Amino acid sequence: MKKHVKIEDISKPGNQLTHVDQKDILPLPAPYNDPANNPPWKPLTDKQRESFESSLDDTIAVGVPKPKSREEEQELVRKFLSGLEKLFQKENNWTFLQPFMLSMEHCAKCQTCSEACHIYEASGFNPVYRPTYRSEVLRRIYNKYIKPGGKTWAKWRHGDIDLNWTTVARLLELSYRCNLCRRCAQTCPVGVDNGLIAHEIRKLFSQELGIAAKELHEKGSVLQLKVGSSTGMNPEVVKDNIDFIDEDMRDKTGLDIHTPWDKEGADILLIHNAGEIMAWPENPGAFAVILESAGVSWTLSSDLVAYDAINYGLWYDDFMLAKVAIKHAEAARKLKVKKIVIGECGHAHKALTVVADRVLTGDLNIPRESSMTLLRDIVMSGKLKLDPNRNDFPVTLHDPCNMVRLMGVVEPQREIIRKIAPKFREMHPHGVNNYCCGGGSGFAIMSPFNFTDWRFNVSGRKKMEQALNAFADNLGPDKHNYLCAPCSNCKGQLRDMLFHYDAFNKCGILYGGLVELIVNAMTDAKPGFIEWEWH
Amino acid sequence: MAALLHLFTYVAVIVAAVAIVAKAYKWASMPIHLRWELYPVPQEAEKAEHGGSFYEELDWWKKDRNASLVNEIMAMAIEALFIKALYENNRKLWYRSFPFHFGLYLLIGSVGLAVLASLMALVGFYPVLFGGILINLIKLTGFLGLVLSTIGAAALLHRRLTDEELIDYTAPRDIFNLVAFLVAFACAWISFAFSNEGTLSLNRYIYSIVSFKLSTPIGGFFVGLTLLLFSCLIMYVPLSHMSHFVGKYFMWHKVRWDDVPNLRGSDIEKKILTCVSYPVSWSARHLNADGKKNWLDIATEDLPQK
Repeated sequence: MKKHVKIEDISKPGNQLTHVDQKDILPLPAPYNDPANNPPWKPLTDKQRESFESSLDDTIAVGVPKPKSREEEQELVRKFLSGLEKLFQKENNWTFLQPFMLSMEHCAKCQTCSEACHIYEASGFNPVYRPTYRSEVLRRIYNKYIKPGGKTWAKWRHGDIDLNWTTVARLLELSYRCNLCRRCAQTCPVGVDNGLIAHEIRKLFSQELGIAAKELHEKGSVLQLKVGSSTGMNPEVVKDNIDFIDEDMRDKTGLDIHTPWDKEGADILLIHNAGEIMAWPENPGAFAVILESAGVSWTLSSDLVAYDAINYGLWYDDFMLAKVAIKHAEAARKLKVKKIVIGECGHAHKALTVVADRVLTGDLNIPRESSMTLLRDIVMSGKLKLDPNRNDFPVTLHDPCNMVRLMGVVEPQREIIRKIAPKFREMHPHGVNNYCCGGGSGFAIMSPFNFTDWRFNVSGRKKMEQALNAFADNLGPDKHNYLCAPCSNCKGQLRDMLFHYDAFNKCGILYGGLVELIVNAMTDAKPGFIEWEWH
Repeated sequence: MAALLHLFTYVAVIVAAVAIVAKAYKWASMPIHLRWELYPVPQEAEKAEHGGSFYEELDWWKKDRNASLVNEIMAMAIEALFIKALYENNRKLWYRSFPFHFGLYLLIGSVGLAVLASLMALVGFYPVLFGGILINLIKLTGFLGLVLSTIGAAALLHRRLTDEELIDYTAPRDIFNLVAFLVAFACAWISFAFSNEGTLSLNRYIYSIVSFKLSTPIGGFFVGLTLLLFSCLIMYVPLSHMSHFVGKYFMWHKVRWDDVPNLRGSDIEKKILTCVSYPVSWSARHLNADGKKNWLDIATEDLPQK
């Protein structure tokens, strides 16, 4: 049973602030309307609860160790306030000062945004997961503890709150209960962006206190900047892996495929999410098949960072975002390419084309383009011989938030699928009104403690419902349904979630990218590029 | 007393104008920010219908941007007048919020027409002021505005006080704001809406304000009280949280719909170069900031070894 939770309750130390009961969460259609088909949610162990801050809800995303002394508690609060002040300074936060302050000052608290949030809905409308809850906590702290006269007038003007270690630690965790999909912002009648406020809270912790989700910072951006890729692959390893993939593509398609490396003067520098190379090698392989078959002048770069499009800074740290984006642009400048094309990775699309657009200046401002657009041009140009009958199975399209709602690349991928997949059907809603896969903002790669259970039961549950509804006429163990997700992180979330619900065996739902679907339809290639096996 | 009330109204209008200009200046003078748009963006012309952007075009940078200012103005006007986002996403609230806001627009329109009539009278079109189409239009917009805004304010207050979703998010100030409007509307009903004399008093007051005839008699007690309360609101709204109409323009035009790309040598690039030269003082170790290094220094230097 979820209980009523007030804003000021976040400051009260002690028991867990809220609990999500599996009985309350969004019901799924058949076969998951049977509780036996819903795997149980593992609780945190007593040892985990003793060692790490876990008093927000049933899971832990960041895992701040519990303080050992009163001084340690006060230090965290002091640094938090210092960081909060910096969020409102143009020198430290010119990057988001205007959007952030506009959102902090103008919320009408009408709760229109709540209905749009898949996490709030899927949790059974848990009040702590409202998009406004964490924003209101931050707003009250700012108004009371930073604004002049705040302690006198804040209660009357904005509502009261106490600031202590519990407030700060819970707020940190709460900033990692939002996918940053910004569907809530789309519905706000004033224009307030609660996703941005969650982003700024994460940023405050990273840039002032050096606290962030390990998978995003230490194992993500830091590893990428030091070794070359968050996968841990250095340039030699990535080249070896691509060699293996090329060989595999030659076997699978019968076409003579060789991926070019560091080709100076090529038209296109293609940057994949390196996770594809490790987890879904058929994706970079299919790109190579398409580009080589269409006669495109392209190359990959073996420069550090430049063979991995990921940019996790987008979700928690402006400087990490800028460092990675600059490395990507420097590699393109060195190779004298005409443009950078980003592979099937939603957040890399937005990071490098949209957000870093106001970081890259001068000769680093090299044109950047979505692979969806390039692929649409190739498919529609007739350079590839395509037989849609090879894709004679139901296909639906997941819209990666970063590519669609946050970048406006909506139609190119649809034009391709309409041409090559005769049984295409849309999810509802779709396009810019889509729902996040539940893995957005880094969740897809985060699996500390029992966080994956939260991802499957709460943040990803709405997408699961959408996928089941899209294929409702064709679900079953012996059926074939293709959930096309042109984004590595979305695929990571879908892979884990479909596996959790055993949806391949129970419903026949397989997930994959867009390029695999294109190569599967190429008549110059051997048939059966898409293998109906779980991977 | 009449002269004091006139003076207070002048002060209220001046304070309101200064507050609105100051707020607009505050938002307009902020540094450029990283792009953070949300689609659909209406100026994306024919692509706006499906939420698309110029990124859907191959080699988009080689093509003229087909951005439509008309589309943006239309979308902004529809949003401002009819609160379309609320209509589409929270119909229950729209039934309360739309009458309140549209009623206020009509009241402002009524006062605007009265000012126009007064100006016409000042330059010799006196008969128009108290007869004919204009005076009827002033009455109609004023009456409808008062009806709608009173219903809207009462309905919004009712929701604030009874809806469990909102109670936790409601501060005493939010209640005060709605009550303040309702008290002013109640006085207006007593003094204006139930007698023709009231409307004439309002027109006379606006004429005396426009013509600087400060000693013009006000009328009855409730007329004076209404004018005092509305003058207070004129001054209070722009100073308060309710001035979201200023911020909303920037939230939509400068954030949500700002998808203007940065091209080499552009004004945007110049603004970015200014911002990246700001000194940075964030404390996290991985940034290695010292308050002297600027934003670009930190963005381009290697991470510390440990």
